[in-house]
Amino acid sequence: MSSLEPSTPVAAVAPPRSFLRRVWDSDVFFSFRRSPVTIAAALVTVLMVGAALFAPWIAPYDPFNPASLNLMDGFTPPMSTSMTGNYFLLGSDHQGRDVLSTILYGSRVSLFVGLSATLFAIVLGVSLGLTAGYRGGMTDSIIMRVADIQLSFPAILIALLIFGIARGIIPPSRHESMAIWVLIAAIGLSNWAQFARTVRGATMVERQKDYVSAARIMGVNPLRILIRHILPNVLGPVLVIGTIGLALAIIEEATLSFLGVGVPPTQPSLGTLIRIGQGFLFSGEWWILFFPAVTLILLALAVNLLGDWLRDALNPRLR
Amino acid sequence: MLAFILRRLAQSIIVMLVVALVAFMLFRYVGDPVAGLVGQDTRLHEIEELRERLGLNDPFYMQFARFIGNAVQGEFGISYRLQQPVTELIVSRLPATIELAFASALIALVFGVVLGVFTALRPRTFATGLIMTLSLIGVSLPTFLIGIGLIYVFAVELQWLPSFGRGQVIDLGWWRTGLLTESGRRSLILPAITLSLFQLTLIMRLVRAEMLEVLRQDYIRFARARGLSKRAINFGHALKNTMVPVITITGLQLGSVIAFSIVTETVFQWPGVGSLFINSVQVVDVPVMAAYLMFIAFVFVVINLIVDILYYAVDPRLRVHGIGGGK
Repeated sequence: MSSLEPSTPVAAVAPPRSFLRRVWDSDVFFSFRRSPVTIAAALVTVLMVGAALFAPWIAPYDPFNPASLNLMDGFTPPMSTSMTGNYFLLGSDHQGRDVLSTILYGSRVSLFVGLSATLFAIVLGVSLGLTAGYRGGMTDSIIMRVADIQLSFPAILIALLIFGIARGIIPPSRHESMAIWVLIAAIGLSNWAQFARTVRGATMVERQKDYVSAARIMGVNPLRILIRHILPNVLGPVLVIGTIGLALAIIEEATLSFLGVGVPPTQPSLGTLIRIGQGFLFSGEWWILFFPAVTLILLALAVNLLGDWLRDALNPRLR
Repeated sequence: MLAFILRRLAQSIIVMLVVALVAFMLFRYVGDPVAGLVGQDTRLHEIEELRERLGLNDPFYMQFARFIGNAVQGEFGISYRLQQPVTELIVSRLPATIELAFASALIALVFGVVLGVFTALRPRTFATGLIMTLSLIGVSLPTFLIGIGLIYVFAVELQWLPSFGRGQVIDLGWWRTGLLTESGRRSLILPAITLSLFQLTLIMRLVRAEMLEVLRQDYIRFARARGLSKRAINFGHALKNTMVPVITITGLQLGSVIAFSIVTETVFQWPGVGSLFINSVQVVDVPVMAAYLMFIAFVFVVINLIVDILYYAVDPRLRVHGIGGGK
């Protein structure tokens, strides 16, 4: 019995390490420090998210306030001053809107839709995956068959279809105000199957383990077992797919908006801006298209690289 | 073999029925089918008569059965927007999409295999590193940006190729082809490249991975020991064995090529079924949406079925597994 008493434990001799120090020394952060590409990707992501969050304060102009727009400012090339004396770093579009400001506000919409859609897909996919993996039997086969069928079609097609159906159900007068939520639902619903599949597999492994049996014997409510005990153990892969899924969702949103079925024109996202810019490609006003496109590519690439790194860092077998 | 095919066939039919149910619900409950047929001053009892005549008051399962019966005969009603039979619309636009899809599948297959073999045989050269990096960027770029980029370089700056449309087409019965005219072929180049890039990188990476795997195996080492020429080993022995998964993936991807052609067709204003569908979604032209859904599902199911059967025929190990021997 006495050997169990804490008599001068070794750990106490070493100087206590601060929380930051522990994070800095952890495996995950170590692999982060070692990879310059990942650091660059993280920097780009943080910068873009920050710029999107603080768009109203950073943006030199308010591009959606008709009072501040001047058609005389239209088609100003980048880094030059317009006829009315306004300076445009990245040029201005046909309505005299500052391209830099529209990009800042546009990436705000893109990120908001992308994040919400991914979150929606995760919540839906994880709950269905947990249910399927834990219950097994009929529930499992129904959920997984639906997921199989859905996975055999490209996400963009499913999203288009859901968008079309929603448009038919919602009265036309509310299309504009509902568009962004319909878009989030459509992208989210087109991506849940990935999460469900992964979580179901992991849940089936976890439910065999002793701690779940122990909890069950103790009479813990199944819902509580799922959420408090199994969920934390299956979240690792979800984080990885979620990050890559975020990049996919951003691209999906841009594609839908580019096709003209996404966000309303009053709230342009990066995809809408590219759609607008495409019209001026032939007349030589390249900057209206170029800068939103570069922003979208950088954003998607950075988030993708972060996802790749996360996958490698959380999965030691791949190292 | 027969049991396997029958089982797959049954699965395919179930999938088609589920899709048909979705399409039917879309058709029946999104918007009122009668509203498009009557004017503002139609009397209520006339509307009721029309409903009765169209069978809209029948029980759900009867309506659904009738929908399937019509669908099997290729009857999907009349487009709200264009006031033409939907089937006619789709059939008239199908050749454009099919030509585009096959041209891009061909590009993807040829360049994917060539680049995949090259990068596998010379793993540590600068060119391989460049190709692999480019393919990574190519995968993360959205299709429509690739299309716009190609338009900018080849149509706006260099002015070598047209940026939209199909060029001149020739009627061959019901099939309007752009392949027989100079302008038609030139118009096909940019959209086909755009559509092929994603599949190309996929095939390339697959061929490379399979080749690297195969080249490590013993029979390749023995072939080298026997003094066979490099070409015979690389192409006669190694490449042949990598082709099974490549064929499968290419076949399976053909369906998504047709689906992805929605985006490419919009960028290049290509008059195919994809742009028809996009225009229908924008104005909620439900009959066209339902028919397109059924059509795409049919293409997917048929391709999946063919690939499964082909796979089964090509790989003898599957057959042993199917009968129940081995693990």
